[in-house]
Amino acid sequence: MAVAFPTTIDDAVAALVAEPTALVLAGGTDALVAINAGLTEVSSVVALRNVTELRTWRHDRDQVVLGAGLTYTDLLGDELGELVPALAQAARTVGSPQIRNAGTIGGNLATASPAGDTLPVLAALDATIDLVGPDGHRSLLLSDFVLGPKRTALDPGELIVAARVPLVGGHQQYRKVGVRNAMVIALASVALVIDPARRTVACALGSVGPVPLRTPGAERWAADHIDWITSTLPGGLADARRFGALVADDARPIDDHRGTAAYRRHAVAVIAERCLRTALKPISS
Amino acid sequence: MRSASTGTTRSAAPTDTNQVTSGRIGESARRPDGGPKVRGEFAFTSDLWADRMLWGSTLRSPHAAARIVSVDISAALSVRGVASVLTATDVPGAPLYGLEVRDQPVFASDVVRYCGEPIAAVAADHPDSARRAAAAIRVDYDVRTPVVDAEAAIVGAPLHPDGNLFRHLFIRHGDPAARGAVSVEGTYDIGMQDQAFMGPESGLAIPAEDGGVDLVVSTQWLHNDRDQVAECVGLPPEKVRLTLGGVGGAFGAREDVSLHVHACLLALRTGRPVKMVYSRQESFLGHVHRHPARIWMRHTADPDGTIVSFEARIVLDGGAYRSSSFHVVANASCFAAGPYRVPNALIEGIGVRTNNPPCGAMRGFGAVQVCFAHEAQMDRLARACGIDPIELRLHNALSSGDRLLTGQRIDGVLPVADVIRRTVALPLPPVASAADDPMTRPGGAGRTTDAGDVRRGVGFAVGFKNLMYAEGYMDGSVAACRLVDGLATVRCAAAEVGQGFVTLAQQIARTVLGVDDVLVAQPDTTIGSSGSTSASRQTWMSGGAVEQACLAVRDSLLTRVAAERGVPVELLRIQDARVLSHDGGVDVTVAEAAPGVVFEEEREFHHRVTHPLDTDGQGDAHVSLACAAHRAVVDVDPELGLVRVVQVATAQDVGRALNPVQVIGQIEGGIAQGVGLAVMEELLLLDGRPRNPSFTDYLIPTALDMPEVVATLVEEPEPGAPFGAKGVGEPPVISSTPAVVAAIRDATSAPLTRVPVRPDDIALSANGTDDERTMETS
Amino acid sequence: MTGYALTVNGREHRVEEAWLGESLLHVLRERLDLPGAKSGCEQGECGSCSVMMDDVLVCSCLVLAAGATGARITTLEGLQPADRGAFSDVQQAFVDEGAVQCGFCTPGLVMAVHDLLARCPQPTGLEIREAISGNLCRCTGYGRIFAAVEVTVAARTGGRRR
Repeated sequence: MAVAFPTTIDDAVAALVAEPTALVLAGGTDALVAINAGLTEVSSVVALRNVTELRTWRHDRDQVVLGAGLTYTDLLGDELGELVPALAQAARTVGSPQIRNAGTIGGNLATASPAGDTLPVLAALDATIDLVGPDGHRSLLLSDFVLGPKRTALDPGELIVAARVPLVGGHQQYRKVGVRNAMVIALASVALVIDPARRTVACALGSVGPVPLRTPGAERWAADHIDWITSTLPGGLADARRFGALVADDARPIDDHRGTAAYRRHAVAVIAERCLRTALKPISS
Repeated sequence: MRSASTGTTRSAAPTDTNQVTSGRIGESARRPDGGPKVRGEFAFTSDLWADRMLWGSTLRSPHAAARIVSVDISAALSVRGVASVLTATDVPGAPLYGLEVRDQPVFASDVVRYCGEPIAAVAADHPDSARRAAAAIRVDYDVRTPVVDAEAAIVGAPLHPDGNLFRHLFIRHGDPAARGAVSVEGTYDIGMQDQAFMGPESGLAIPAEDGGVDLVVSTQWLHNDRDQVAECVGLPPEKVRLTLGGVGGAFGAREDVSLHVHACLLALRTGRPVKMVYSRQESFLGHVHRHPARIWMRHTADPDGTIVSFEARIVLDGGAYRSSSFHVVANASCFAAGPYRVPNALIEGIGVRTNNPPCGAMRGFGAVQVCFAHEAQMDRLARACGIDPIELRLHNALSSGDRLLTGQRIDGVLPVADVIRRTVALPLPPVASAADDPMTRPGGAGRTTDAGDVRRGVGFAVGFKNLMYAEGYMDGSVAACRLVDGLATVRCAAAEVGQGFVTLAQQIARTVLGVDDVLVAQPDTTIGSSGSTSASRQTWMSGGAVEQACLAVRDSLLTRVAAERGVPVELLRIQDARVLSHDGGVDVTVAEAAPGVVFEEEREFHHRVTHPLDTDGQGDAHVSLACAAHRAVVDVDPELGLVRVVQVATAQDVGRALNPVQVIGQIEGGIAQGVGLAVMEELLLLDGRPRNPSFTDYLIPTALDMPEVVATLVEEPEPGAPFGAKGVGEPPVISSTPAVVAAIRDATSAPLTRVPVRPDDIALSANGTDDERTMETS
Repeated sequence: MTGYALTVNGREHRVEEAWLGESLLHVLRERLDLPGAKSGCEQGECGSCSVMMDDVLVCSCLVLAAGATGARITTLEGLQPADRGAFSDVQQAFVDEGAVQCGFCTPGLVMAVHDLLARCPQPTGLEIREAISGNLCRCTGYGRIFAAVEVTVAARTGGRRR
């Protein structure tokens, strides 16, 4: 059978084991670009669209489990948008309505593009990626899953089934710089997650390195400078600016046809500063 | 037309687009092809199908400069489903083609001069087989270092037997020594813009029983294509018949031959219909682009702002082959100073061959590049003189009776001051509010920008260019009109590319003949040439031809009615679909005036004679001129260098609006392309190789990028123009770009001497470092 | 590969002897004689190939045809009145308002506008822009397209044109 339509995760894995070179087809928004350009040969396909379990999500007090088959449009839904607002913001910047209706979070993970819009959010949330393969389940932190540009820890026969993200009580947001107002690949992006309960700040960058980059130095600095009682930034706008500069120190951008390394580094500083500025009301500058 | 089950009933014939519509000159008549287009029934060339059809594919050079050591097609021939593989040795006729001069090989055989140059073509039973076979052709290249710098190419070794200079033009006007007290100068760069029409190149070639070939193709100029194809396939022109297929936009990129010769050669070789459809990437590689340019200008003026002298050096990178570079140089040079009175000028215009992709026609044709420069200069001059930039422009504005840089006196209408004043008077948009959705700010959907990060700027620009071909070109258009029982059919080879000539042809026929039912036949080469759908010329040229043919038919009808009724023909007229005599003795509908009689007339229309430019670039070279002004309002995030164009207001000199909605459509569409060039559109090259030949990376404005457009039409009929109408397609794209950039400068103080403006140019430029050299020379 | 079936516009179509890598766009256009969806970029960047698949708007160039078995696919041909020359209100407004020039983007835009108005009967200007931001048009600058959407909304809601 050239195209398998499994209906369960186990069947999907079995189909993949039977055809290790099969194309795993989720939304198709990356796969078809390569196929149409003649860059990918297709000999067999495991189509996931009937694996309904992948299209579900659930949450408890601590975390949200996002099925890998959720589309960007699903992530934009009212309820998920409230639970994980930065992910919804990121999803809304992806491509066009047509792309958001088809593309999935699992596909974004599997493609592992440095510009993948959900990846900085998942990185900032310390997301866990659940995989199922012939040898059973395993879970990896996002940072252990995305290994390089378009390179992941996914083994042959393995399937991404879910991304788990903690429910965070504080502010989170995503900003993305591109030279067009819609339908544009990120030149630079920033996800910021503030967890008042744990008194931590998490910041991750997109399109300025081979993988989504966390910014530990800037995060610690911000956590130390936030007044966690009042949820403010006593150092005001100057502190926000300092945070942006520290974030930029961790960027590893390159020059390419979409933009320069210098601009990308500059842009993450600016949008990181703005994220923090709007997350925490500065007292004064 | 089509059955739902198989492809076999799909037709190689273009759509019958004649939906019932109405409307005369001056009304916003609906497009006759609008119905089929909204229903997806309009047959674009990529939709055509023929029995036993093969698919063609092109092998293109990945190198910008190379010697071809060998080409081995054996592996391609063994790919399943392949019917034919052609290389340069298979071209039976002329080995070279070209829009104006035949300088471009049908297939490169020894030298490759640009990345994307065709080497071979394949026909196979499936598009994927054809692509695979093309990829299986083994070409051994001796790769050379490409010459990609225009200045280096001017003085460098010839890249082609014809040499590297497509044109080196000087315009010397007035007193070369005259100088004003105030001087401003600057150097400006314009990136390579692509037409980026939505429907990629496509065509269907069908071998004919007489040994000839029929080609249905998307083009701007059927007859010029026909001549080039006939030469290359080695057939007399009458055996190469072209029909216009449904065209998915053009904007200049379909003036040159693309797949035409390849498809016809494959069809003639295989004896089967061959369809070729370019991918988007191949489309970027397979058509000419707008010339990138580096332009130096120096203006001097009296302290009151009166321009005294103008100097410019314009270098246009024409890429590997000539296309229309010769005339783009003329346009850039002739209109280099903008629509202003300039008594003394020295202009050097150069179009040069490089190993970059060939450049040619794009909407605005040379005027776009210089307008960006001259309008930046006008703003600098205003600042240097301490005069409001609008006042400076009004003070120097050209009008009828003035002379161009070429010495030509403006005999027609050119209401420059009027378009400026009318634009200024248009309402400004409301101020931005913190309550606005962040998506409406710079950065758009990325939500990068908070209300406090935005600065608003306003910029102004004016531009003009010629209408129709110039420099003594004997331009004409042929149209035929047939009238029987009140049904008129218009035939004309003018290419409908989306602009709406089909609508206009109907409106003209209805107006002249007083009938409602007008069919417009699909353009083909069985009638005489209508010239190119370019240079804002079809409304005038083919509109004029249709009008004359219809007038001739009207006269025939009235003559016959007069003879039958025994009344002098001078007493008859057509009014409200009736033939009437002044005394009321004749009153009959056009449809019933001559039952069963066929009236058919063909006419050729010419505009007035123009003349070549002399060695000083002086001469009566241009037929007519049109101008527009644009005021742009932008919101800029200076820190991120992101721009949201909020509003573009414009007043345009249209002569007379023959179809107001279509005019607005041209204005809005042209502004979209001008905004694109201002802030996002550039085909980037690395060693001559396009880096972003896709819609993922060559960005054109989306619905979220398009500003509000506020437009007003300045209607002052042009003497000598049919119905007083001027072509309206080009002015919207000329000065909208500099207006947007001026607005960004206003918001940021960044110098911005290059388009498209990149975020770096704003965000990483130290403010206020405008390096203009303003000096008091007295 | 062996054949497969697609449900397009309420009808089942067999697709035989197709290449596995063919997109839904290619199969619709070249095998099922449904050329309404246009091929403008094959990267999901232009929207000219928009169709509905299980009631959501997608780019058919990014759908693997052989993977679409069992899905309900609606193309422009299935969305509009069957009679030739008859139009949906959206189509009529496109014709009336001058939203069509070359027309290559038009089928995709008509699909996108129908989808928008089904989800959101009274969209704001910004919602209209966002909804069609994945449908590139190079001729019109979108102005007359916005007008066509507004006219349709006004007619459907019995109100007057804004």
